[in-house]
Amino acid sequence: MAGDSRLRIREADGVTQVEFVDRNILDEANIQAIGEEIGSIIEGAPEPKLVISFSNVDHLSSAALGALITINNKVRAKSGALRLSNIDPQIYEVFMITRLNKIFEIHDSTEQAVESLA
Amino acid sequence: MANAHDNASGVVKVHDERAEILAIEERILGVLDEMGYPSASGFAVRLAFEEAITNAFEHGHRERPNEAVTVEYAVDTRSVQITIEDKGPGFDPGIIPDPTLDENLDKPFGRGIMLIRSFMSDVAFNPSGNRLTMRYDRPPNGSGA
Repeated sequence: MAGDSRLRIREADGVTQVEFVDRNILDEANIQAIGEEIGSIIEGAPEPKLVISFSNVDHLSSAALGALITINNKVRAKSGALRLSNIDPQIYEVFMITRLNKIFEIHDSTEQAVESLA
Repeated sequence: MANAHDNASGVVKVHDERAEILAIEERILGVLDEMGYPSASGFAVRLAFEEAITNAFEHGHRERPNEAVTVEYAVDTRSVQITIEDKGPGFDPGIIPDPTLDENLDKPFGRGIMLIRSFMSDVAFNPSGNRLTMRYDRPPNGSGA
């Protein structure tokens, strides 16, 4: 399964850093797989700390937003912390329109997001 | 009189296969590129198209997964119009809860139509709710690049 992953995942200082392989997060099957893969990371950590970077991402759909919300709910249920980073201005507008910038803590860079979890 | 570079249009049957969806999406976005629309227009049209066709298959064709939806598009130098019609029973878009209300923010669904309305200039459903027509007006020169 690891060869099919649409994610790049790295652990450092107790923080799991996640990056997307694809520029477009639109395909329902991929979104479901991404949600499941991150979900298993959350399940495997007693108090998960996650940074999800959008540095490669040009487009995402409302289904991708839904997957992020589900991830956030799972992290909160385990008293963990989730940060988002490197969001393109056009995608950030989607977060603003949907008011999801109110429930996600968003940082300009992965470094800043990781520092916020220290 | 318009020539081949001033407008493009078509009607395509699309099945719930990623390759078919991407083919028509890329065709429409390619026309926008050729006509010099700014990148923000491509972002808006792609997002709205993806949301609309996802809804058509997920909700309209839940009981008929092998059937095609109809995509009709017309692009000229001033606007883009896309109509997506499914064969389902339709729905009442007026009953969708506002996903931006505080009590709905952590619900992982219900944002597609809202995003279409936000990024398109005009959105209309037929009375039975199984045909969505959306229009995107090109922004004035110098904006939305």
